[in-house]
Amino acid sequence: MTSSSNSWLLAALLLLPLVGAAVVTGLRGNDRVAKLTALGFSLAEFALAIGAWIAYAPDGARIQQHFSFDWIPAFGVHISFGVDGIALVMIAVIGLLVPLVIGAGWAEKLPEGRTAGGFFALILLEQALTVGVFAATDVFLFYVLFEIMLIPMYFLIGSYGGARRQYAAVKFFLYSFLGGLIMLASVIALYVMSADELGGQGTFDWATLVQTVSDAPLSTQIWLFLGFFIAFAIKAPLVPLHTWLPDATAEAPIGVAVLLVGILDKVGTFGFLRYLLPLFPAASEALTPLVLVLAVAGVIYGSLLAVGQSDMKRFVAYVSIAHFGFIALGIFAFSSQAMTGSVTYMVNHSIATGMLILVIGMVIARGGSSRIADYGGMAKLTPLLAGTLLIAGLASLSLPGTSSFISEFLVLVGSYPNAPVYTIIATVGMVFAALYVLWLYQRIMQGPLRGAALVGATGGAAPATVEGGGGVAVATEPETKKILDLNSREKWVLAPLVLLIVGLGLYPKPVLATVQPSVDATMCAAGQTDPVQSAERQLQCP
Amino acid sequence: MSVMSSALFLAQGGGPLAPAPAPEFSIDPPALTAVWPVLIVLGAACVGVLFEAFLPRHQRWPAQVILSLLALAGAGVALATYLTDAPAGGETAIFDALVVDRPALFLWGTLLALALGSVLLIADRSVEPGGAFVATAAIRPGTVQDRAQVTATGMQTEVFPLTLFALGGMMIFCASNDLLTMFIALEVLSLPLYLMCGLARRRRLLSQEAAVKYFLLGAFASAFFLYGVALLYGYAGSVRLSEISAATAGSDRSDTLLFAGMGLLVVGLLFKASVGPFHTWTPDVYQGAPTPITAFMAACTKVAAFGGILRVLQVAFESTSWEWRGVLWGVAIVSMVIGAILGLTQTDVKRMIAYSSVAHAGFLLIGAIALTEKGLSATLFYLLTYGFTTLAAFGVVSLVRDGSGEATHLSQWAGLAKRSPLVAGVFTFILLALAGIPLTSGFVGKFVVFEAAIDDGMAPLVVVALIASAVAAFFYLRVIVLMYFSEPAADGPTVTVPGAFTTAAITLGVLVTLLLGLAPSFALDWAAGGVFAGR
Repeated sequence: MTSSSNSWLLAALLLLPLVGAAVVTGLRGNDRVAKLTALGFSLAEFALAIGAWIAYAPDGARIQQHFSFDWIPAFGVHISFGVDGIALVMIAVIGLLVPLVIGAGWAEKLPEGRTAGGFFALILLEQALTVGVFAATDVFLFYVLFEIMLIPMYFLIGSYGGARRQYAAVKFFLYSFLGGLIMLASVIALYVMSADELGGQGTFDWATLVQTVSDAPLSTQIWLFLGFFIAFAIKAPLVPLHTWLPDATAEAPIGVAVLLVGILDKVGTFGFLRYLLPLFPAASEALTPLVLVLAVAGVIYGSLLAVGQSDMKRFVAYVSIAHFGFIALGIFAFSSQAMTGSVTYMVNHSIATGMLILVIGMVIARGGSSRIADYGGMAKLTPLLAGTLLIAGLASLSLPGTSSFISEFLVLVGSYPNAPVYTIIATVGMVFAALYVLWLYQRIMQGPLRGAALVGATGGAAPATVEGGGGVAVATEPETKKILDLNSREKWVLAPLVLLIVGLGLYPKPVLATVQPSVDATMCAAGQTDPVQSAERQLQCP
Repeated sequence: MSVMSSALFLAQGGGPLAPAPAPEFSIDPPALTAVWPVLIVLGAACVGVLFEAFLPRHQRWPAQVILSLLALAGAGVALATYLTDAPAGGETAIFDALVVDRPALFLWGTLLALALGSVLLIADRSVEPGGAFVATAAIRPGTVQDRAQVTATGMQTEVFPLTLFALGGMMIFCASNDLLTMFIALEVLSLPLYLMCGLARRRRLLSQEAAVKYFLLGAFASAFFLYGVALLYGYAGSVRLSEISAATAGSDRSDTLLFAGMGLLVVGLLFKASVGPFHTWTPDVYQGAPTPITAFMAACTKVAAFGGILRVLQVAFESTSWEWRGVLWGVAIVSMVIGAILGLTQTDVKRMIAYSSVAHAGFLLIGAIALTEKGLSATLFYLLTYGFTTLAAFGVVSLVRDGSGEATHLSQWAGLAKRSPLVAGVFTFILLALAGIPLTSGFVGKFVVFEAAIDDGMAPLVVVALIASAVAAFFYLRVIVLMYFSEPAADGPTVTVPGAFTTAAITLGVLVTLLLGLAPSFALDWAAGGVFAGR
């Protein structure tokens, strides 16, 4: 067992949600106690994540808060965790989103026979596993967690989701599992290669692997690269491996959709940065055109399909696909500016899209339908909800002043020198973004009050009820259903996100400063130099 | 039984012709200590037969259960005692007919542990009142007497000695030093299995059909095996594995004899291991046989058959591997594809697990044709993990019942998680292990086998195997979907609360599956304890 300073923080970050999941499972007989306990654990986890961030020294060692002990000595497998700046901000985002998801799922109508305790316990378990995926510094351990984290998500979608949840859950699982298995072939090959290099006993230690196998011949690298890339491209998801995401997002409960799009998908882009670039530098460079084509195709395809969606949840899925195109573009444009943009995009996308899904969930909870056509003029009934939808939407289209703008700007500016054509095409995606966001807002919130979800036909669907609170009932017309504006719980859920969107839009330095050294290290490990040297910041490799 | 008689003829005639040194006609005491486990098992089987002859009917069941468990425990103790000072390179025993080396000892240990679980399942009388076996096998199915005996509480307790005989045969099979011993062991392990397949208490016609099918196809496979032995004897002038190996090294003998002989021999072995395309008996027999016997076959026969395949390929044919390995590549691919794709179409749980076993046999074959130390230890480890998982799987299958016996149709499993969360949870874990999800033994097994294969230059085969795993995962998932996400049918089956025996067997299987998934190091070290003697 070896460890570096502050490693207890990371260990606690990993264990706390696990303990929480066990406790909440035990309490699932009593809904209210289970919910409060789950919320308590998730808030404590968030506090720990902030603590880990404060303890992290951006200019210190590449991997910090590291600890490691033997697992399977015969294969040099360790249970070893540690964080760099990129992993750390992702863990912090998980810590932020989970309490909000629990808050948003407080009054979720669960299928018959399911308890809120079971639901929240699975969410906490998923949290522990995703923290593990980002923190793993042993490739074997990473693979194990990469596969294991599918299982709670499978049950979250399959047990608590919408009408076609079985189909969506199985599709989600099979896509990811297949990707993982293909990655396993590459993982094993890495081990075999390291055994050859090191003489006898191979290793799965990430840092050692980077040193030993990153100079493998290009043809070998390309095969291994593809093994990892397919797994990550399914997860991220890149077109054409994306088809599971709209189904999974549409059928998952709102909170689970947030975790899916906000966190699980980031494992894919995180994998690009942590594994693809440093382990296979030559292949990364050789296959850049492939990745860039897929990335830009994702931007355009996702945007176009987002415009055409008639279902709000599927709409968000396609918006995300477009955004993941931007992130992949920034990573494979090989400039520290664009890569920093991509990493901050990963954070800001979680916040902005997470909020968008949460708000849409609140709309659906009121109207009882996720079809856009069932709504219209809702702003008259729920002005606050309309306002938050607009904020989330504007953050998604990267309006200047919101946090996403900085990320998208960095990606586009940084990508231009190396990949001008791709960047120009991707910029078109920004225009589409304005179209799909504003059109969605217009259809749902503006104009005369209309739509089956809001204007009840007499004796039709049961009136949508929202649990009481600080809501204000507005009934403009007699036949209008009774629809309340945001209650205090929902305000508490959305307020932190609004603050972050605006706050990080004006002052992004905390995130930038944390990820910058890790991005530089990734650039160096990938053997890349900045195409344009800026005066104030230069990439310096050891 | 012309096959048997010709084998005996060859066994008698083969001795003097073999160029081996003249056998010593005194049994060497140290050599006997090595084979005590086998002797205990076979001796207990003989005592069991005497019990059947002399004990009154009502005393037989307890006597047989106690005898069988004692025999397994005794054999285990003998094995553990021998292990403490076993020679590292292995030793031969009983006129060089058996070779007790590290892989053989590992396989024996695995077989004994799996047989313990199987005997526990066989002995259970709580799930099905009176046990899963027919009270009087001689009564014709469908007659008035037959309908009466469904409710009778007795059972054919001959099952216990038959199990021990089969087990003894399996242990000899994977420690045989020559092909004739191997053939006799093959018959000793097969004949009791044919019989036991036909002894189901419920659905007797299906059970008897399974027995006949298994017997006929098994007899064919035995004939193939024997023909192969004959041709190899013609090639090498000996049936001893090490001498066949020596004969292949730089001789001007007929390659036709060698490869025809080897081909026929391997077909016989692949049949027993239910490797596709020699698997056609597997689904029918797994479905028709009494579930405890299915568990015994799926776990122990697989271990013994692959133990034999490993020994034959690694000891006798290693030096000619570049000639035949391509063919077995193809067989492995066919087996994985058949298992994964036909598994998708199954609607019966037992048939589904049967096809899953065909796919697993393909994975095992990949390890078996990686002719390295790693390939050997990986395959041995995989056998250990697969045996316990499949044992637990059939244990759970025996619990889900309706009025007419086991409810094996998949549609009857819908919504099982609502009625019995524990059983559904356990079965989910087992299915995830069969699918090879990390933190289960199934994943570690796949990992070590694939690692050995890539190390031996078989990366394309591993990619096929991984895709087959993904396809196979679909049918495991489908059962999980049914159990958790579907509404239970109104007249669905009930989950029987198992008695101590079945509980113990399932617990054993699940615990080993979990343990080998979380902390596999000790078992990996055992499996890597040494290579076959004579390599």
